[in-house]
Amino acid sequence: MKPLPFDDRDMGTPARQGEPVRLTIDGFEVNVPEGTSIMRAAAEIGLQVPKLCATDSLEAFGSCRLCVVEIEGRRGTPASCSTPVAEGMVVHTQSSRVKKIRKGVMELYISDHPLDCLTCAANGDCELQDMAGMVGLRGVRYEPGRNHFEQRSAVGPNPEYKPADTSNPYFTYDPEKCIVCSRCVRACEEVQGTFALTIEGRGFESRVSAGGADDDFLTSDCVSCGACVQACPTATLQEKSVHELGTPDRSVVTTCAYCGVGCSFKAELNGDDLVRMTPYKHGKANRGHSCVKGRFAYGYASHQDRILKPMIRECIEDPWREVSWDEALGFAANRLRGLQEEHGRRSIGVITSSRCTNEETYLVQKLARGVFLNNNTDTCARVCHSPTGYGLGQTFGTSAGTQDFDSVEHTDVAIIIGANPTDGHPVFASRLKKRLRQGAKLIVIDPRRIDLVKSPHVEAAHHLPLRPGTNVAVVSAMAHVIVSEGLMDEAFIRERCDWDAFQDYVDFIKDPRHSPEAKELLTGVPAQELREAARLFATGGNGAIYYGLGVTEHSQGSTTVIGIANLAMLTGNIGRKGVGVNPLRGQNNVQGSCDMGSFPHELPGYRHVKNEDVRSIFEDTWGVTIDPEPGLRIPNMLDAAVDGTFKGLYCQGEDILQSDPDTKHVAAGLAAMECVIVHDLFLNETSNYAHVFLPGSTFLEKDGTFTNAERRINRVRKVMAPRNGYADWEITQMLANAMGGDWSYSHPSEIMDEIAATTPSFAGVSYDMLDREGSVQWPCNESVPAGTPLMHVDGFVRGKGRFILTEYVATDEKTGPRFPLLLTTGRILSQYNVGAQTRRTANTIWHEEDVLEIHPHDAEVRGVKDGDYVKLASRSGETALRATITDKVSPGVVYTTFHHPDTQANVITTDFSDWATNCPEYKVTAVQVSLSNGPTAWQEDYAAQSERARRIVPAAE
Amino acid sequence: MRDEKMVTMANQIAIFFKSQPGDDRAERVAAHINDFWEPRMRQQLARYVDAGGAGLEPLLLEAFAGIRVPTEQAD
Repeated sequence: MKPLPFDDRDMGTPARQGEPVRLTIDGFEVNVPEGTSIMRAAAEIGLQVPKLCATDSLEAFGSCRLCVVEIEGRRGTPASCSTPVAEGMVVHTQSSRVKKIRKGVMELYISDHPLDCLTCAANGDCELQDMAGMVGLRGVRYEPGRNHFEQRSAVGPNPEYKPADTSNPYFTYDPEKCIVCSRCVRACEEVQGTFALTIEGRGFESRVSAGGADDDFLTSDCVSCGACVQACPTATLQEKSVHELGTPDRSVVTTCAYCGVGCSFKAELNGDDLVRMTPYKHGKANRGHSCVKGRFAYGYASHQDRILKPMIRECIEDPWREVSWDEALGFAANRLRGLQEEHGRRSIGVITSSRCTNEETYLVQKLARGVFLNNNTDTCARVCHSPTGYGLGQTFGTSAGTQDFDSVEHTDVAIIIGANPTDGHPVFASRLKKRLRQGAKLIVIDPRRIDLVKSPHVEAAHHLPLRPGTNVAVVSAMAHVIVSEGLMDEAFIRERCDWDAFQDYVDFIKDPRHSPEAKELLTGVPAQELREAARLFATGGNGAIYYGLGVTEHSQGSTTVIGIANLAMLTGNIGRKGVGVNPLRGQNNVQGSCDMGSFPHELPGYRHVKNEDVRSIFEDTWGVTIDPEPGLRIPNMLDAAVDGTFKGLYCQGEDILQSDPDTKHVAAGLAAMECVIVHDLFLNETSNYAHVFLPGSTFLEKDGTFTNAERRINRVRKVMAPRNGYADWEITQMLANAMGGDWSYSHPSEIMDEIAATTPSFAGVSYDMLDREGSVQWPCNESVPAGTPLMHVDGFVRGKGRFILTEYVATDEKTGPRFPLLLTTGRILSQYNVGAQTRRTANTIWHEEDVLEIHPHDAEVRGVKDGDYVKLASRSGETALRATITDKVSPGVVYTTFHHPDTQANVITTDFSDWATNCPEYKVTAVQVSLSNGPTAWQEDYAAQSERARRIVPAAE
Repeated sequence: MRDEKMVTMANQIAIFFKSQPGDDRAERVAAHINDFWEPRMRQQLARYVDAGGAGLEPLLLEAFAGIRVPTEQAD
C-alpha cells in the first residue's frame, strides 16, 4: 500500500499566512509565518507538544492546559496553542516544570475517565490514551468519588452517569468518555456552521448537549456531517462502524462519489474491510470537512440489492437470466450490430455516466464514436448543466466555473441563485457560511426560503423570492439597475470585453422594460429589494455568483447563464480570488463527463465534431473515421425511439426513467427500443426496460479520476476488488471488443495518457502527476504546468468577454384554471439524485419518502392538512405523496424532491426544455394539488410492473 | 418527434436570435441548428417546411436556406 502523499499529522492549530518569524524551540531553530502558534511551530519541526483540546481544524481554545510551555524571559507557563510565536523567542516544551504540570493535568482527567481502554472502541486511536502515555502518567492518586463513568456506586445508581446516545445511525455519543474539551462543539460551529452542539452546565456539571433539553442527536439540528466525530479525541463521539469492526490499520486517499464538490476522503480499512471514510485534510475541495453522504453513506456498496452477475433476457416481459460475462457481452454485441445492419449506423447510442470516472466516460463516448461510428452519446449533464456549457462558452469561451472553492474565503458579496448548497453541496455551504460569519454579505435568489436565507449566525442581506420561470427577468433587472445607476466597472469592460457588444447590451438593458419596477408583477420580487441587492453586488467588493440547477433547468436556462456571465463582467468580478461565476455541479463527475466529450456535438475538450482538424486527432489515434454530424441528445434519442429510428442504448450509471422528465415519454422511448443495456450497481428503474444488465463497480472498487465543480481532477483509488468482478472501464472495453473494437487498455492510467495526448487542456495530466500533486485543476499543459485555480486572469479564454442580450421569454408552461400552482423540484441533504445509493443506507432515517411542500394558504383552500396524502397532477401525469405545510415556499408554489421511485416526481414534469441545449424544464410545471386516499392508479400499475420486471432466474450451477 | 414539439424547439431558437443585434440573425439560427440538431431532426424540419411550415417563426423560415439537410440515410 502506498503511503499517503502528504504529511497527515495533526499540527494542533490552523496554518497562518504572514511574514516569517524566527524562533528557537528546544534548541532547534524554526521559521514560521507570523500568527502561528508555538504548538504549530514546534510541530513543523517534528516536536509534538502534548495537547487535548487543540486540533488543527479548529482555532485554539486553551482549555486543557496540557500544552503549557516555558518561554525564556516570560513569566508563567503559557499554553502553546494560544500563544503566537514572536521573533527571537526561545521556547522549552519539556522543562521539568511543565512536565510536572502536565502530569497533574492528566491525572485529573483520568480520575474521571473509565479505564476500559482494552475494550474501548477508540483503543489505539485515542488521544487521551496517547497523551497519558506521552506525559508518563503512572498512577492516579485521587480517591474514588463523584464521577461520570460508573453506572452504580456503593449506594445505588450513579446520578451523574448518562447512557450513550445511539440515536444517530452512524455514530454514538457516550458521555462517560467525554473530557469536555469542546472540540465537538467548536467543530459544529467553526467547521460545519450548524451550531447544533453546546456545553451545558458549568464545572463538574459540564456536558456536551445536542439541541435542547429533550433532544438527542437525531432530533437536534445535527446534520450528521461528522465534524464532531472527526474532532473528538476520545471514544465519546465514535463511528458505529468502528465499534463494530475495530480500528482500521490502513488508509487510501480517494474521492467521494456523491456531489460535485468532490471531497477527498481517506478510506480506512482492515484488509478489504472498509471500516470508515474520514475527510482528508489535504483535500483541496473540502479542506478536511465532509457531509453525511460522503462521510457515512457508503453502505450501498455492500448492500444485498447489488447485482453481481450479468443478466440478459429476450424481451422485457421475461424474467432476467443470469449468464456468464461472455454470453451477456456476446448477446449485447450481436443485438447492437444487428440493429445497425437493419436500421442504420445511427440507430444506436450511449449515455455516459456523470457518476463514473473520467476514464470510463471517455471510453463510453469512444465506444459510440469509434465502434458504433456515430455521435449518439450524451450524459446526464444534458439534464442539469448543459446550459452552463453553452452560456459560459458563448460569453467567456470555456464551459466551466471560473474559481476554486478556496476563492470563497475572499468573497465579500455572494449571490446564490437557483441552488441550495446546505442540502445539495453541503461542504461548500459550510465554507460559505464560515465566510458569511466573517462578515461577507449574501443575496439569495430562489423561490424557496432556503436554509441559507436565515440560519444560526447567517442571514441573507436580501432574499429575492422569484416566481419559478422568471430568472432571466430578475437577472436582467439587476443588470438594468447596475447600468442605469452607473455602477458598472467600465475600466474592466473597456480592457477585457468586446466594446461593441457591450454598447449593444447597454442600449438593450437600459430600456425601462427591464427595470425591477416593470418586472415586479411578473417576478413577484419587490423592486426596491431587487435594486438594493443589485447595488450591494455592484459596490460591495469582491462579488461571486454561485448557481445551480434552479438556473439551468428552464426553457431559458442558457439565457440565464448568459445573464449571470453578463452580471459578472459588468461588475468586473472575473479573474481574481473571491469573484467569478461558479456553477455548482450536481453529480460528482458532471464536469468531467462534459470535459470527456460526452455531448453528441463535441469531442473531448469541448471541440465540435464538425471540425476536421479535431476529428483527425482522434481518427489518427483510434484508426476510424468519425461521423462529422452531431448525434442525438437524450431527449432526442427518446423521441427517435418512439419514431422507430433509434433502437439500441448502452446506458452506464444513470437511471433515466427516474431522473429524466416526463416519465411516461421516457418509458415509451425505452419500450420502443430493441436492445437496452443497463450498466449499474442495482436494478434501477430504467432496467425495467432493459434486455442486458451489466453489473457495475463502486468508486471503492476501481482506479480513475473525477473532476469536480472547480475543474479539479482528483484521483479515485481502488481500495478493494470489484465485487462484480470487473471495474466499469474493463466492462466497456469488453463490450467494445465484443463488437470488434480491438482495445487493449490494461490500467486507467493508460486511458488518461490517451486523453492527455489528444486534449490540449489535459496535456499535462498523468497519474504520476496526480499522485505527486494530489490534484490539479485543468487547463493543465505546457503553458500552465501546475494547472489553473482561477480562469480568465489576464483575459478571457475566447479573447474578449462577450455581452449577449438576454430578452425574457415566458415559458410555455403556464398556470391556468386546471393547473393553478407551479411545481419546482430539488433535493435534500441526506439523499442523492434518484436515491439509488442513499436509499440503500441508513440515511433513509432522515427522509424516507418524498413529500410535497405547500404554503398554508394553498393548503387551506384545498382542505389539505400536514401529513395528508395529496394527488399532484400536471398535464403530463399524476402521482400521490404526503404534504407538508410550510411557508418556505411562496403561495402559488409547491416543491418536492425526486429521490424515490414510488413517488416518481418526474411523472409530473413536462417535455419543455432549454432553447439552446434541450436541458429539460424541471423547475417549472403547472400543477394542481388535491386530497387523495393513497397512491394513484399509475403508481400502483408502475409498482406492479416494476416488480414483474425485476424477476431473476438464477443460473443453473 | 411530434411535429408540434419540433416546431416549439425550432421557434425557441429563432426567438432567442430574433432578440440579438446585427443582421446575421438568420445565419446564427441556421448555425445553431446545424451544430446541435442531429440529421434526422433536420430532415424532419425540412419535411415540415416543405409541407408549408405552419407555425414556424418567420426568422426560422428565413434561416432554413442555411440549414444543411442530409439527403442520404446513414448506412
